[in-house]
This record gives sequence, structure tokens and C-alpha cells, in this order.
Amino acid sequence: MPAADPHRTQALHRTQALHRTIDAVWRIESARVIAGLTRLTRDVGLAEDLAQEALVAALEQWPQSGIPDNPAAWLTATAKRRAIDLFRRNAVARRKHEELGRELEAFEQTSPDLDSPLDNTIGDDLLRLVFIACHPSLPTESRAALTLRLLGGLTTDEIARAFLTPEPTIAQRIVRAKRTLADKHIPFEVPRGSELAARLSSVLEVIYLIFNEGYSATTGDDLMRPTLCEDALRLGRILAELTPSEPEVHGLVALMEIQASRTRARVTSTGELVLLFDQNRSQWDQLLIHRGLTAIERAHKINAIRGPYLLQAEIAACHARARTPSETDWPRIVILYNELARLIPSPVIELNRAVAVSMAHGPHAGLTLIDALASEPSLARYHLLPSVRADLLYKLGRHPEARTEFERAAALTRNTRERDLLRIRAAACETDSTTWSQNF
Amino acid sequence: MRFMVIVKATPESEKEGALPDPQGIADMNVHIDELMKAGVLLGYEGLHPSSKGARVHFSGKNRTVIDGPFAEAKELIAGFMILQVTSLEEAIEWVKRSPNCQPGESEVEIRRVFEPEDFSDGFSEEGIEEEKKVRAQLADQAAKK
Repeated sequence: MPAADPHRTQALHRTQALHRTIDAVWRIESARVIAGLTRLTRDVGLAEDLAQEALVAALEQWPQSGIPDNPAAWLTATAKRRAIDLFRRNAVARRKHEELGRELEAFEQTSPDLDSPLDNTIGDDLLRLVFIACHPSLPTESRAALTLRLLGGLTTDEIARAFLTPEPTIAQRIVRAKRTLADKHIPFEVPRGSELAARLSSVLEVIYLIFNEGYSATTGDDLMRPTLCEDALRLGRILAELTPSEPEVHGLVALMEIQASRTRARVTSTGELVLLFDQNRSQWDQLLIHRGLTAIERAHKINAIRGPYLLQAEIAACHARARTPSETDWPRIVILYNELARLIPSPVIELNRAVAVSMAHGPHAGLTLIDALASEPSLARYHLLPSVRADLLYKLGRHPEARTEFERAAALTRNTRERDLLRIRAAACETDSTTWSQNF
Repeated sequence: MRFMVIVKATPESEKEGALPDPQGIADMNVHIDELMKAGVLLGYEGLHPSSKGARVHFSGKNRTVIDGPFAEAKELIAGFMILQVTSLEEAIEWVKRSPNCQPGESEVEIRRVFEPEDFSDGFSEEGIEEEKKVRAQLADQAAKK
């Protein structure tokens, strides 16, 4: 094997380091660049393509020229020049673009001051970008991919790896989504009045979906994909600063911060899931808990209305505040679940309420609520129903029934680690059928 | 991943009752606002001069308390931030955008915070034994110098 040329190796390292820096610049700037270009072109798909072209130009030119002092301004200017060229060509072909061409030229004269941090205009553009990426006319999975791409600065490959989906599938989803937005002439705007609430909840849904995909991976061998949680949290925190007067946004951020605070306690070093009550609470991330509690306070300061995310955040906060499982304020959690069940009646919330009731008033009370859910068709294939029922039966000393339920839950879950855990619990029903479960 | 951005002290920041000039504070607030809006700032604090602090010196079983102030301002810290970003390069990019509120030379250090995945191999029995061996060797080498 010939010895590596040290100069070539050095040059290669320099190029790699530069590419990492360009990646970092892209992460920081891409959303703002795309948002600005969307306002200019009124076409989010085109804006993204132009921004990508500017990135390619940066990767070609910066190794020679060095990274400019203001990389965002460089990327925007480069993309804008391409936009203007493109529209000029189109304008020649089709006169109807003439007006747009003039608009572009006017825009070219007024160079936005990208040295100044997020001013209101850029903030507004970012918020418009959030709303367009999460537009209800797109399927949920496309909204998630587009949001990560446009606002999170992730590459198609990174999104594909995060969702364990083949890259061409993600690429196609993004292309289709962009086409749908163009075909339906979805305006680049922040919805107003009564529309705002519905559109905002679509945005929150997408962010929480991304978070959950990372937090409780529905498929694959890993229980968690923490970087996806971090991406969702970053999006949530950005949104909270863009819409500081929306309590539910703070509610969602609080919920994610508190759930993420348990990341390191939730999985053992060998990759097994640890349930909430078995977690080592000293491993909970106090910084994130503090941030979560602060976000709840921010929501409370806006008004006294508690939406679904805020209620869930407050439930999570009850756990976060308890230094040991026995210190958990279960009666308060029951109250919060009652409120949540009234607000968004759903079998899954009812299931969680049953768990809280069993903790506050004993397994028998919980089991009564669970059994009422037995015929619920939407839960027929939901592994947590037999899993919770098994746990309550176990606590009531009805071990043979508990075993059947644990096995049913193991057969239903798609997560291999969780399946292992449920099988272990099923096996335990046989070995210690005489002992009653430990009290929490 | 998380990084601690450590703002080193300067002779100015070590002065009794030292506060940055109002313009410096205003500029820094703009920067902090930008970090918050980008969703990367987890927390930050500014520190009083070392004259209001103390050191505890460890030597075997002894602990000796030394009251501030301490000399060598550039070895002290004046504040810190915790950033949640995706690479060291991203942390560097953010720090480069910070305003310079110091009249003279100053320095900001960026250090990666340990996270659970950093320990994933460290908990095995073999890993701990291996670590002990390496440390013993290092101590041995140091003693021979």
C-alpha cells in the first residue's frame, strides 16, 4: 500500500472541515434564506431550489474564496441573482411575468440588512414559512418532512434516516408537497382570525409528531432517536419566540422539554426501555425540566385557558416535580386528565386517565375504567391497552390473566425492545404468582 | 449535542462592581435574543468578579478555602452559555456572531458537554478495567518524569 501523500491528506482535512462549517452555516441560515426567497418568488418550492443552488455554489466557491463575513447575505444574494435570471428568462417567454420581474428588480435594490439579527420582517417570513410547510392540504408525513427540510435545515438523507424511510420516498414526498402548494396557490401568509387556531394546531401537531417519532420510535430497533427530539424541540422553541402570545405553543414546548428531560433515564446503557416509575430520577435533566416549568408559567401568564398541550405539559410537570414516584401528586393528575378528556375525548386519553385513577384510588378503580374500553375498536390493536390492563391485573394478584394480557401486548407492539420488556413481565407472572406487586 | 460557551474574564470584568457598559449589555441582549429565536440557547449566566467568590483547594483529605479575588484574569471565567446545536462548527458559527463587548483582548472557549451516549461504552466492566490500566500507566509515566 503506497504511503498517503501528507499534503493531499492535509488538503482533504481542510476541505472536510470547511464542509462541516458550511453545513453549520446552512443549519443556522437556511430557514431565513428560504423564507426571504419565498416572499420574493411567492413559490416555496422554487425558493428552496434556489437556496439549494446557492448552497451548491457556496460549496464550490468557498473553498477557494474563503467563507464570507456574512454567509447568510452571500447565500441570499446568490439565490436572488439566480431568481432574477430565471424570472427574466420566463418574462421573455411569457409577458405576464413582467410585473413580477419589476418587483424582483425593486427587491434587488432594497437589500435586506442581514447583519441585523432576526428583525420583524424576517421573523414574519419565518412564521409564514412554518404555516406553509404545515399546511393542512398536505398529508401529515409530508408536512413533517417539509418542515424538517425548510425550517430545520435537514437534508433529505438526514430526514430519511430519522424516519427510517428510503431517501427516494422522502424526496418524492417533498417534491409532491411543493407541487401541491404551488398547484393550489397556497398563499405565503400568516392566517388570521378564526383560521389561525386551526392552522396553528396543524403546526403543533407536526412538531409533536416529529418529537414523538424520535421519543418513542414506532419502528426499528432503537427506542429513541434523540436527534429527532432535538430537532422538534428546536422548531418548538423557534415557534414560541415567533408566536409568544399563544399559550398552546408554550404548552407544547413545555411538554417536549419535560419529556426530553427523561431521555437519559429512559433507556439503559444496553438499550432497554425503563418505565417512568423505575427511572433513576437523578438522571433527569434538570435544565430541561426548569425550561419546561418556565414555559408552563409563560402560558399561564397569557390567560387561564388550558389547551390540550398545556394540560399534558402540566401532567408531565407533576411527574417532573416528584423526587420519588411515591411523591407524585396523583389526585392533581386525575383532575388534569379529567379536563383533558373533556377537551379532547379519546380512548387513548381515557386509557391514561385510567392509569392515573388507579394510582390515585387503587388498581380496582383503574381496571373498571380500562374494562369499559375493551370494546373500543380504535384500541383493538393498541399494545398499551393490554399492557396497562396486565399491570393492573398483576397488582390485583390476578397473575394468570395478567400474563395473557402481557403476551397480547407483546404481540401487538412494533418496537422490538418494548416487546422484550413485555415478554419479561409475562414470564414474571409465572415465577412469582404468590407475591403481590410492589406498591408504588 | 450541547456546548458550554465559556466567556473568559478580563481585567475589566474583574474590577470591583464591574458591569459591561450599557451599549455592551444592549448588544449582548440582541445576540441572546437571536440565539433564543433560533432555539439553540438552553441557558446562560453572567458571573460577578472573582472577588465575590472563593476556591476550595483539595489535597488528599484536606480542604483549604481561598477567598477571591484571584490573579490571572484570563484564566477566570466571567460567564457561560449552554447551546444545543448539531456540531462544534455550528457552536463556533454562533459564537463568532457574538458582539465584542470587551475593550481589549478577550477570549471565549467552546467545550462539548458530556451526554449519555458518551458513556454508552464506559459502563462495561472491561471498559472500567481498561480505563484503570490506562490511568495507572499515565500516573506511572508522570511519576518517572
